[in-house]
Amino acid sequence: MVTTQLKYEPEVLEAVVIRFVGDSGDGMQLTGTQFSDTSAMFGNDIATFPNYPAEIRAPQGSLYGVSGFQVHIGSVEISTPGDEVDLLVAMNPAGLKTNLYAVKPGHTIIVDTDSFTKKNLEKAQYEANPLEDGSLSNYRVIEVAMTSMTKEALRDVEGLDNKSIVRSKNMFALGMVYWMYDRSPEHTIKFFNKKFKSAPHIIEANTKVLNTGYYFAETLELIPNAYTITKAKMIPGTYRIIMGNTATAWGFLAAAEKSGLDLFLGSYPITPASDILHEIAKHKHFGVKSIQAEDEIAGITSAIGASFAGDLAITTTSGPGLALKGEAIGLATMIELPLVIVNVQRGGPSTGLPTKTEQSDLLQALYGRNGESPVIVIAASTPANCFNFAYEAAKLSLEHMTPVILLSDGYIANGSAPWKIKSVNDMPDIKNNIIKQAKEEWHPYERNEESLARNWAIPGTPGLEHRVGGLEKDRISGNVSYIPENHEYMTKIRAEKIKRVQNYIPELTTEFADKGDLLVVGWGGTYGSLHSAVKQMNEQGIKNIGYAHFNYLNPLPKNTEAVLKQFKKIVVCELNTGQFANVLRMNFDGIKVTQFNKIQGLPFGNNELIEKFKQLLK
Amino acid sequence: METTVEKKYTYKDFESDQEVRWCPGCDDYVILRSMQRALPEMGVKREEVVFISGIGCSSRFPYYMNTYGMHGIHGRAPAIGTGIKLANPNLSVWVITGDGDAMAIGGNHFIHVLRRNIDLNIVLFNNEIYGLTKGQFSPTSVVGQKTKSSPYGNTQPPFSPGELAIGAQARFFARIGGNTPKEMTQIFIESAKFKGTSLIEVLQNCPIFNNGCYDEFTDKAVREDKQLFVEHGKPMIFGKERDKGLILSGLKLEVVTIGENGIEQEDLLVHDATEQDPTLHQMLVRLKYPMVTGIIRSFDDVTFEEREEEQITKVKANSKFRNVDDLFFSGDIYQVF
Repeated sequence: MVTTQLKYEPEVLEAVVIRFVGDSGDGMQLTGTQFSDTSAMFGNDIATFPNYPAEIRAPQGSLYGVSGFQVHIGSVEISTPGDEVDLLVAMNPAGLKTNLYAVKPGHTIIVDTDSFTKKNLEKAQYEANPLEDGSLSNYRVIEVAMTSMTKEALRDVEGLDNKSIVRSKNMFALGMVYWMYDRSPEHTIKFFNKKFKSAPHIIEANTKVLNTGYYFAETLELIPNAYTITKAKMIPGTYRIIMGNTATAWGFLAAAEKSGLDLFLGSYPITPASDILHEIAKHKHFGVKSIQAEDEIAGITSAIGASFAGDLAITTTSGPGLALKGEAIGLATMIELPLVIVNVQRGGPSTGLPTKTEQSDLLQALYGRNGESPVIVIAASTPANCFNFAYEAAKLSLEHMTPVILLSDGYIANGSAPWKIKSVNDMPDIKNNIIKQAKEEWHPYERNEESLARNWAIPGTPGLEHRVGGLEKDRISGNVSYIPENHEYMTKIRAEKIKRVQNYIPELTTEFADKGDLLVVGWGGTYGSLHSAVKQMNEQGIKNIGYAHFNYLNPLPKNTEAVLKQFKKIVVCELNTGQFANVLRMNFDGIKVTQFNKIQGLPFGNNELIEKFKQLLK
Repeated sequence: METTVEKKYTYKDFESDQEVRWCPGCDDYVILRSMQRALPEMGVKREEVVFISGIGCSSRFPYYMNTYGMHGIHGRAPAIGTGIKLANPNLSVWVITGDGDAMAIGGNHFIHVLRRNIDLNIVLFNNEIYGLTKGQFSPTSVVGQKTKSSPYGNTQPPFSPGELAIGAQARFFARIGGNTPKEMTQIFIESAKFKGTSLIEVLQNCPIFNNGCYDEFTDKAVREDKQLFVEHGKPMIFGKERDKGLILSGLKLEVVTIGENGIEQEDLLVHDATEQDPTLHQMLVRLKYPMVTGIIRSFDDVTFEEREEEQITKVKANSKFRNVDDLFFSGDIYQVF
């Protein structure tokens, strides 16, 4: 059964990266989620990332039909799903072929030998069986006939067809991995009992296969055991594992409850943002109005209508959809209504790489509209803080009467991590600019002296009937005005209103050093990669490197220039060709920045970052 | 809109302080005044009325109404109106649009709003031309029409708004000439009463770029002979002498004269606007002679906002979550000590 000789090297590990791969129908997402949830509940810090094909059901066994789920667990702080893999579980040859590159030499691969048939090897474009030709000699390969053992285990369970039997082999793999990493299968068995309540034979089958895999690993003396990852030191509290898109949706639910307004979502399905729509649509019990519109434009314009009528209105999309919404964002800017636009960025241009991550919509968010139409732009930086920044986007838009673009990306949107649950009671208050009664002299474009936000007079309020629209507004009455000086005044005041948001957002902080030779700068979803690279260098004794991460992109924090000036060199790291680097150059005359960019639809790897930073420090 | 109004409004209460800037002689003035006269009869409070428009000559309309209003972006007023109505179903929401706004750039929203049957009132100013951009052909311009952008004649066959609308499941469709304010006012009132999306096509003359395009059946001299103004429950009769009418001959409508070939008034079709099957309504819409005006279709159906509200009420009643904290702290949560 096992051909490769293994060394017995029981280890206590700080962290481990495991990747489950198989056919899109093999249940790899479920397997990975179960393992990460169990580890989180055990007390590890975790980060996960699913990687699945754009095709819904690609042909079985094909290279492009491989679905994967990576999880990074640790007793230390975990901020990325990890680059290189300690354990690869490959359910078929195609999974092995497409993922072998990621396995650390000398580390472990578990394969289901039953799937290494001639046909499957051909589909994976293997000329020879890699299990036999010695090409895996640099790895510890554990060969297990998972499919046949699964069949054997289920021989006596009634009511199962062959397909269901074969499909439960992922639980055999999960059982093995549970034993290898000293995890109890208990959480997963509970999950079966809840999920398949009405089908006891399915509960029995899955439990049986899971346990069979677990005991098989225990019995099989050749498996290196005693990998133990102890509990991580995390801030005490109540936690749950949350995906970025779910956290975004929940941030808006919380903002609606806190502000006392109804939540309105106008949206059109688009990868990788659709999960926000799905999540919000589930929660109509909170009175949420969630509308799947006929197109991207109707998504945002229905939200503008709802905002005019007094709802907390949002629209969710990805890059191409943001392009379609541009004109409507201009309208919301002109009529100065609260509105949140979420852009979960993906690879571009055009349809680009829908399931891959990129940060290439920054300039579109900042400038992608006709005329000068400044809006607030903020970005979430981890799956869990999508919650905070969705909440913040809603708060800023309501308090400043302006559209806010919230940037997320495919990496943090689909990734998951522990979230220390925030009660709505602990969230900051959200004020609004609603005016409920007619004053003697009331004008729609009168402004709050400090924030410059205008009043929000909602239809249904007697005496405040007024008209707004896309034509330039008179500075006070809001009536149409073509007066040249008025247009200049209004253009400037719209910019000034956004600029003054600086007075309401936190200042920029640095990590690891507040002055020194090199400042690493990032924004949005690259936080995990950049933070862990700089942290690792810091732990190696390199203390002259600091890290500044931007969540507020327009306006920039007030102290930005002062922070940048404390470092001799600045490197701006982005998953684009240098958009934020150029924003900094444009805003801060005399500050020189270098760039580190990657445009492969993938997050930064730890090693490439450290290499670059070390080179810059020379 | 069942609210009772203490104060009785007059049309003056609906005039805004903005100077009306349409070209002299434009039917838009007639529509504006008809609307201002209709509103006091609708039993709605002024603060509960919202006018939304897109872009075009017609779309300046909200600025002239002393109600809530929004001059939106080109073609999107039905979507903006949808958001407003869902946010507050108590409002009386009016969408003002034109042939280019509704059927060219806004075609998608136009058909979907009708399909959903949300309670919006859409007034479509159809002048078969682009006015504000100074004279290009529109999706309702006839083939061969010479315009600035079709100097050798338009080569694109036109939409008929009613045909398109009923094809998109419109439950309420009315058509009215731009020079008949009395009937127009009445249709606005009926439209307000109707629950669901109502579409009113106004045959609106553009005196500058398409003058006289409807003269053959809207001109005072020929109007009675060329137009059939349908009323629910009444025979389809028209003509100065009230001697012409419609009968169904096979699968086609036929114009007949009472007293000729043994035809009597009892033989004429009786208009049933409430019939669910739109076949006859479509035939009336397509007819060129006589041009059919009045409320052609008015079929009661469940509205989008009713479906949404009912769903929310039901889901609320069955939910275990009273607030978001209940949700956040539910399911797979764990403690770190």
